[in-house]
Amino acid sequence: MTTTETLDAADIRRRVGDLLAEHDPASTDRLDFLRARFDAGLAWVHFPVGLGGLGGPRTLQAVADAELDAAGAPTNDPRRQGIGLGMAAPTILRFGTTAQKARFLRPLWTGEEVWCQLFSEPGAGSDLAAAATRAVRDGDEWVVNGQKVWTSGAHAARWAILLTRTDPDVPKHQGMSYFVCDMTAPGVDIRPLRQITGEAEFNEVFLSNVRIPDEHRLGEVGQGWQVAQTTLMNERVAIGGQAAPRESGMLGVVANTWRTHPDQRTHELHDRLLKLWVDAEATRMAGERLRQQLAAGSPGPEGSAMKLAFARLSQALSGLEVELLGNDGLRYDDWTMRQPELTDFIGREAGYRYLRAKGNSIEGGTSEILRNIIAERVLGLPSEPRVDKDLPWKDIPR
Amino acid sequence: MTDLLYSDVEDALRASVADLLADRSGLPSVLRRIESDQPCDLKLWATVAGDLGVAGLLVPERFGGVGASAREVAVVAEELGRAVAPVPFLGSAVLATSALLGCDTSAVAEPLAALASGTLTASLAVPLAGMPGGAFPDTVRATVDGRLIGRVRTVADATVAQLLVVPAIGPDGPALFSVVPGDGVTVTPVTALDRTRGIADVTLADAQGQLLAGPTQAPTALDRALTVGAGVLASEQIGVAQWCLDTTVTYLKGRYQFGRAVGGFQALKHRLADLWLELVTARAAARNAADALAEDSADVAVAVSVAQAYCSVIAVHAGEEAVQLHGGIGMTWEHPAHLFLKRAKSDEIALGTPGRHRARLAGLVDLPGPVA
Repeated sequence: MTTTETLDAADIRRRVGDLLAEHDPASTDRLDFLRARFDAGLAWVHFPVGLGGLGGPRTLQAVADAELDAAGAPTNDPRRQGIGLGMAAPTILRFGTTAQKARFLRPLWTGEEVWCQLFSEPGAGSDLAAAATRAVRDGDEWVVNGQKVWTSGAHAARWAILLTRTDPDVPKHQGMSYFVCDMTAPGVDIRPLRQITGEAEFNEVFLSNVRIPDEHRLGEVGQGWQVAQTTLMNERVAIGGQAAPRESGMLGVVANTWRTHPDQRTHELHDRLLKLWVDAEATRMAGERLRQQLAAGSPGPEGSAMKLAFARLSQALSGLEVELLGNDGLRYDDWTMRQPELTDFIGREAGYRYLRAKGNSIEGGTSEILRNIIAERVLGLPSEPRVDKDLPWKDIPR
Repeated sequence: MTDLLYSDVEDALRASVADLLADRSGLPSVLRRIESDQPCDLKLWATVAGDLGVAGLLVPERFGGVGASAREVAVVAEELGRAVAPVPFLGSAVLATSALLGCDTSAVAEPLAALASGTLTASLAVPLAGMPGGAFPDTVRATVDGRLIGRVRTVADATVAQLLVVPAIGPDGPALFSVVPGDGVTVTPVTALDRTRGIADVTLADAQGQLLAGPTQAPTALDRALTVGAGVLASEQIGVAQWCLDTTVTYLKGRYQFGRAVGGFQALKHRLADLWLELVTARAAARNAADALAEDSADVAVAVSVAQAYCSVIAVHAGEEAVQLHGGIGMTWEHPAHLFLKRAKSDEIALGTPGRHRARLAGLVDLPGPVA
């Protein structure tokens, strides 16, 4: 067992050197290289030894990434595995059994097995703890019935993290259990959910008598809500955003449209553009300040606020862009129903951006819920009345 | 990337200023003072400027100052804003001091040393609504032998200044002069919207000035002073906004109507959450401006105009929300909320309105307006 108390950047570089010496990226199969990298503890250095990490500080990951990138090593393409890397992995690490960690984490990290999330339901959006998908015990198995929604990547996923109701007779937060669900199991029916943009980034997933072995339960029976909290905390961190250069993202697109369309300029649009430019630049600074606070080890409560600011900005900017285009703003690039692998704001045209941005204030916690969170947890204002808190789940009006 | 956090030294400075203000300039005393003949608290200023040494923060050590930067000055401005402290910090320690620092002459050594020690208070004789990037003021003319004639309206902190730094057009063009109030100098206090900052009209009728900078230096020195002033003002504005948010949150937790703390109503919670987010964002913009000034970054003009355009609006919003969400008590003279609303609204105009800073940014970041 390696002592990692004193792990530093030099150790990381030495380990990367050893990995590269044994597995030349130029001549090694991509998957073989990724597995070797995982086994060398260089996948996520803050994970424990034996599970792709070295038990070191998270900040050293950047050292490993930079060294491997410079050597032309393949990546695990993290953009395509947001749910697995960002949500499933930290939850498995925290609540999984030894066998579960050993089974799931390696192929998750290498991308061999893609993950999706079965949390939201038609009747449980902001109030996720109201989830009604039932799991009933049958010997060593659980039988699951229900409907999940807003599942991205379900059609490509091998596994899902699943939140269920196992005891309807106790208050809603107490009667939930959390499972790993095999997306290829009989009874899992995946249907694309078409959005206002015309495409389907997400799916509805119908679960009909899906049988899940008890060994795929994460956490104790009835502990599902606490397990889900770990998952969701990591989601907010994931959405929080990175430092970006000036005029990156949506602002850059709109500014470029302004510069290339002098005929469409009016004083009123100019004033709105400049206000949004200032808002975006100040918000970029706030994101950078948050990043500096995290790096200094003193995270502020600003994280949840950044999502709120981003949603407001992206909606205002994308709306302005459509107006800026005049006659061209009347056009739409393509209504064809398709299932994109990634959300691509920049690769599409203005009308798409305008419509897709509407989801920014809904997905991952609505702006209204985020305002409640800020008001209650940051400002200490009284909580919303919770009339269903002590009622058995089955007696809650719905 | 700029450093947007507060250093330990800056936090310590903040704590010492905040302690002093809590002890010596409580809001009840500010409320009494604005009805007196001298709204400026000269005793408090002597302590803040001299004993705490904040007047010498920008002054290099060779002139007897602390040799700190706009980062520390901005932290002081934040605390002074949070207390709406009636002291001439902006006019003297920021604007006039920065103007003197831009003059390459031995004539500034003595006033800078006196400013740093807190024994001298100065004022930069420009209209407070002026801003960086503008034309050199031409309302004062200077003769060959430094006699000044003209008028400057709404000058910050002139009423308590023992030295005026006056931009004037001389025979060779733009120039900066120092003028000691006396013969030919009339300083007429204005009844100000914000009584916690002294404003006066200055009339110069054949007043004797001493030349500090000629055409090659004066425009740069003045623009730098206005840039520092505008950047530091953004931090004052977040101090004003912070008081408004903190005080309103505290009030709404304790104010009961309909049998509930009114802070529990979602309509009010969401307004305060939005205000908090605005303040988080404003603080980052203000720190960015302070850091750009301290580092003399190539981006300083953009950083300062972004901070002014953003923080001005947020401070006014915070002041307006404080009055509204306090309900009837917020409308009374006895409650201090109006001090902050008046300071915020005046600060919105001071050193460039948000609209003027946005118009300036249009040129700085290549977003031109409609053609013709």
